[in-house]
Amino acid sequence: MLEIRNLHASINGTEILKGINLKVNAGEVHAIMGPNGSGKSTLAQVLAGRDAYEVTQGEVLYEGKNLFDLDPEERAREGLFLAFQYPVEIPGVNNTYFLKAALNAIRKHQGQEELDAIDFLKIVKEKMKLMEIDESLLNRSVNEGFSGGEKKRNEIFHMAVLQPKFAILDETDSGLDIDALRVVADGVNKLRRKDNAVLVVTHYQRLLNYIVPDFVHVLIEGRIVKSGGKDLALQLEEKGYDWVKDEVDNQPVQA
Amino acid sequence: MSTETDDIQQLADQEYKWGFVTDIEVDAAPKGLSEGIVRFISAKKNEPEWLLQWRLKAYRHWLTMTEPRWPNVRYNRIDYQDMVYYSAPKQKKQLKSLTEVDPELLRTYEKLGISLQEQERLSGVAVDAVFDSVSVATTFKEKLKELGIIFCSFSDAVREHPDLVREHLGSVVPAGDNFFAALNAAVFSDGSFCYIPKGVRCPMELSTYFRINAADTGQFERTLIVAEAGSYVSYLEGCTAPMRDNNQLHAAVVELIALGDNAQIKYSTVQNWYPGDKEGKGGIYNFVTKRGKCAGKNSKISWTQVETGSAVTWKYPSVLLQGENSVGEFYSVAVVNNYQQADTGTKMIHIGKNTRSTIVSKGISAGRGQNSYRGLVDVKRGATNSRNFSQCDSLLLGDKCGAHTFPYIEVKNTSSKVEHEASTSKIGEDQIFYCKQRGLSTEDAVNLIVNGFCKEVFRELPMEFAVEAQKLLGVSLEGSVG
Repeated sequence: MLEIRNLHASINGTEILKGINLKVNAGEVHAIMGPNGSGKSTLAQVLAGRDAYEVTQGEVLYEGKNLFDLDPEERAREGLFLAFQYPVEIPGVNNTYFLKAALNAIRKHQGQEELDAIDFLKIVKEKMKLMEIDESLLNRSVNEGFSGGEKKRNEIFHMAVLQPKFAILDETDSGLDIDALRVVADGVNKLRRKDNAVLVVTHYQRLLNYIVPDFVHVLIEGRIVKSGGKDLALQLEEKGYDWVKDEVDNQPVQA
Repeated sequence: MSTETDDIQQLADQEYKWGFVTDIEVDAAPKGLSEGIVRFISAKKNEPEWLLQWRLKAYRHWLTMTEPRWPNVRYNRIDYQDMVYYSAPKQKKQLKSLTEVDPELLRTYEKLGISLQEQERLSGVAVDAVFDSVSVATTFKEKLKELGIIFCSFSDAVREHPDLVREHLGSVVPAGDNFFAALNAAVFSDGSFCYIPKGVRCPMELSTYFRINAADTGQFERTLIVAEAGSYVSYLEGCTAPMRDNNQLHAAVVELIALGDNAQIKYSTVQNWYPGDKEGKGGIYNFVTKRGKCAGKNSKISWTQVETGSAVTWKYPSVLLQGENSVGEFYSVAVVNNYQQADTGTKMIHIGKNTRSTIVSKGISAGRGQNSYRGLVDVKRGATNSRNFSQCDSLLLGDKCGAHTFPYIEVKNTSSKVEHEASTSKIGEDQIFYCKQRGLSTEDAVNLIVNGFCKEVFRELPMEFAVEAQKLLGVSLEGSVG
């Protein structure tokens, strides 16, 4: 579904990603873990198309297409979704209205009929139950005045309604208490299907207790230095990132 | 800069969509302004002697005045002798129905989306269409007549209801009030008159579409609305204008009078006059005096305006709060793009006890546009326990535009309460990126964000007008953010 080949990216002339290679197949959940400043969020932003970052080398194939040929909104309409680490407030814009506009933009692009308010509300109601979202969040302006936890839940709610093929969760666990974490993770798990994939970007292992990944990758200083199964996350929790760093430093060359 | 900013700029750079010119024989006065011209206009309209004298008095007063230079706008000096002060579509006879109206005119209306037939049949909106200063057709007159509501052109009102006009004309905006109001009083060509009798709630939105058409013709409309005790009326004013090279002056006067106790007037404007081209050439000068008087106890006047047009806008819809417990409201969205300039706001003059006013102003600046809010809250000594709340928000699109705020507050008693809130924000790349990540185009993202910003004002507009206003905002900001 998604294949990243030797991806280099920089911001303001500083290279952050230094050759990422990663392949994600449909039905898989991958976790990207790493210490602060390792480039996790940069990777998420570059995939979503944030233009503050410059891609200097490499390519990303998404469903066989060159991802960098697509504008951010085209990527979204092709089913790529980013749950933001810091969801943005849009004052005065009703959350439901916003989602309806988004869903219809996507449906239109995919050759589906646009939904009217009634059909759309049906979907919203259904997903609301699924995600244990409070109805009041729907009637408020997008993220305006939401608590940190509400914002993160709202991101996953957007994901539930938009049903992306490839979802990136950028530190969705940060700022969540344990109950909220469970709700968010449950939501993601309910959305897991054979034909979609999820990339979970996180600093801590705890989210991965709930969203169990098929693969775990450790990102340090802009490179994936180690990959493994779900157990790798536990090892990291136990030994810390320095353990991986040491291991890497003792190896002659990293592929 | 980022592509978002570029995209926004592209959106803002869209051409004026509704620039077209209708070719109609014009019966016009020669260029220039003199006592003779004032007499010509008055004679042309078969006006009574008192009105001629009123005009002449205004004209003589105007001669002693100088054009105000204090607004925060710049434009070339207007040559008042180089303008035509009267033009009317030639009409051979009085029209009894729309079928007699010049089809060319009707086509123009259709382009504007205000087919009179449709309006008459479908929407329940009575439209008094003002085309180059003369009312062409009035609908729903009969229906309104049953309720005793008078809604007609100003000329008709002078003919058919001279006493009412004479009593109220100039009672809120005196003939010599200011330079442009005096000019209007001297040469006004036509406009609308509306009278709601005691206890009557006007069952439909009254609406007038103004349209500037003949080249080099200043527009001097005059609107007078009188609401008796316990009555209610909602009045809509909206307009678009054809593309022009020369600047056209529009100096209208609107007077609202909530005469009796509990009288209510709601006045909504969506204004979209030609703003000039991308270099700032051409476009309308909109120097308008709008004022309402809450004379009755518990009376209420509410102004809502959405200003997207004009090269230069200079207007302050105001309310004199005389009656006890009377209420004044001002809700405004002003958009400037390219080289547009707007200096707009309101004056709330609290005279009676327990009077209340609310001001919500949303200024949006794009391109090289300059937007100023200028407001006065004046609480007189006798206006005890009065309250005002003002909120002025500015949204900047791009980095070459400007937003300015000039709030004046004068309170002369100790029991009143005045609150003022202000904010200035830039449309965020973060916000646009967030919308795009959800599948929305830059254009839609900008529309969404701007409409969200203006929500508090839009919800004050009548439903159908709100939809139109949102579209207009989209058009004006397409390519300019907004």
